Amino acid sequence: MTTTTPQDLLADIPEVSTVLDDRSEEVPEIIRGTGHLPEMRVDPVSLFHRVREECGDIGRFRLADKQVVLVTGAEANEAFFRAPDATLDQAAAYPFMTPIFGEGVVFDASPEERQQMLKNQALRGDMMRGHAQTIEAEIRRMVADWGDEGEIDLLDFFAELTIYTTSACLIGKPFREELDAQFAQHYHELEHGTDAIAYVDAYADIDSFRRRDAARAELVALVQGIVDRRVERGPVPREERDLLDVLISLEMSADYITGIFISMMFAGHHTSSGTASWAMIELLRHPDVMAQVVGELDDLYADPDGTGAVEVSFQALRSIPVLESVLKETLRLHPPLIILMRLVQEDFELMGRTIPAGTVVASSPRVSNRIEEDFPDADTFDPGRYIDPRQEDLQNRWTWIPFGAGRHRCVGNAFAMMQMKAIFSVVLRDFEFEAAQPLDSYRDDFTKMVIQLEQPCRVRYRRRPGR
Amino acid sequence: MSTMRVLADLDLCQGHQLCQGEAPDVFGFDEDADVVVVLEEHPDPSRRADVAQAVKYCPAFALSVEDGAIGAIEEEDRP
Repeated sequence: MTTTTPQDLLADIPEVSTVLDDRSEEVPEIIRGTGHLPEMRVDPVSLFHRVREECGDIGRFRLADKQVVLVTGAEANEAFFRAPDATLDQAAAYPFMTPIFGEGVVFDASPEERQQMLKNQALRGDMMRGHAQTIEAEIRRMVADWGDEGEIDLLDFFAELTIYTTSACLIGKPFREELDAQFAQHYHELEHGTDAIAYVDAYADIDSFRRRDAARAELVALVQGIVDRRVERGPVPREERDLLDVLISLEMSADYITGIFISMMFAGHHTSSGTASWAMIELLRHPDVMAQVVGELDDLYADPDGTGAVEVSFQALRSIPVLESVLKETLRLHPPLIILMRLVQEDFELMGRTIPAGTVVASSPRVSNRIEEDFPDADTFDPGRYIDPRQEDLQNRWTWIPFGAGRHRCVGNAFAMMQMKAIFSVVLRDFEFEAAQPLDSYRDDFTKMVIQLEQPCRVRYRRRPGR
Repeated sequence: MSTMRVLADLDLCQGHQLCQGEAPDVFGFDEDADVVVVLEEHPDPSRRADVAQAVKYCPAFALSVEDGAIGAIEEEDRP
C-alpha cells in the first residue's frame, strides 16, 4: 500500500519559474533561500501573472517554508471563494498584519459574525444615508481651505480624507474630532510596515518594521490621551457616546482599543484612498471620459429653476452610471489588494487536484481582472464594459474580483462605492484638475503588501468659474 | 415577452437588504437566517427594471436573473 504525502500532492501542481536568484547578493540576508519571496517583495505583479502564463489556472510558488498555490480563472476562483472557513483560514495567511493589529486582536470575523455585525452595526443599509452626509461634510472640510488654484499630493490628500471618513463612520464623530493629519501619518507608516519579509519573521530588525512599531506606539499614545480626557470628563448621555466610550466602559486598555480601531479602519482606508487616487489619474489620462463624468454630474446637480439642487449625500446612494463605470474600471485595473490568501486547514479539492493542509492557497484580483477572454483588451481602460448589455462585472462574477468574491466579498463595498461617488461629486463640481507630472509617471509602489501610490503623485486644481 | 426567473444564491448573500429597497415585492428577508427570500420567482415583466437594479447593486453579487442577460432585459424596456 502506498501513502500519498503532501509533497506528492503538491508535485502534481506545476511550479512557476524563478527569475530572481534567491541567493543573490542583492537579496537581504534574512530572506536568502526563500524561493519566490525576494521576487514577490520587488515585483509581485510579474510573479503572479507569470504563474498564470506558465502554469494555467493553478500554479505554485514558494515563500520560505510555505508553498503557495495561486489559482486564477472563473472555475478555480469559484472553488476558492466558496470554500468554507473551516477549510481555508484567512488570518494565518497574513503574518504581516499581526504586529499592526496587535496580539489578540482578531484579523477578520467569520462570515456569520460579519453578518451579525452588519446587521447591528455601521455598514447596515439604513445607516448609509447618515454616512453619506458625514462623508460629504468631511470632503467639504478638506477642500474648504483650497484657494482658486493649487496643487495636492494624491496620496497625502486621500489618505488623510479617508482617515476622517472611516473613523467618523465606523467609530464615531466625537472620536474623529480628536484626529488630525498626525494620526493619518502614523497610520500610513503602519501600512508601510507590511514588508513580505514578515513571511520569515514579522518582527525582524529592519527599518520598515521599526517604523511600523514606532508608529503603532504613537497611535496608542494618541488614543491613550483621548481616553484620559474622556475619563476625566466623566460619562456623557447615551446619545452622545461613540464606540470609544463603550470600549472604555469595558475597561479595555488603550493598546487593545487602538488595535481594534486599527483593524476596523484597515480594510476601508488604503483601499479607498488608492481607488480615489487612481480614479483621478485615469480621468486625467482620458479627458473624454473626464468630460462625460463632469457633464453627468453637472446635469445631476443642476438647479435650473432654483428650487434647490439634489444633495450629494442623497445622490451618492443612487445611480450615477458614468461615474460608477469609471470607478469599476479603475478597480478592475488597479485593485487595491493584488492577492487574497488563505491557509488550507484540511486537504482541499480544487479542479481535480488535492491541495494539502498547511499549504497557502491564493487568488489574485490583479491577474483575474485582466484575463483577456473575460475582459477583451484587458489592459485598456474602458468604462463602456459596464454599460448594458456588456456588464462585464456581473457577467464575470468569479473573475471581476476587485472586492474579492463569495462570502468574504468585501462587506464594505457599497459603502466604498458611495464614498467614491460622494468624493467625485464634490471635487469635480467645484474644481478642474490637471496632472502636475507626466501622466505615465503615476505608479504604485508594490514593495509592500499594502500597495500605495508612489510619491510624488501630484495634481493641480483650479476652481471652476462661478464656484 | 418572455418570463424571467429570479435566483438568489444563499451561500453568497450577506444580508445587506438593499434588494428590498429596489423591489420589495420580489425580495423579502428571513430575519432568523439573515438572508434574502425570493418572494416572487417569476415577477411580472413590468418589474424587470427594478429587479435589474437589485441584481446590479447587490453588494454580495448574490442575485441573478435567468432567461437572457440583464442587459437584454433592459434593452426590451427601452422605448
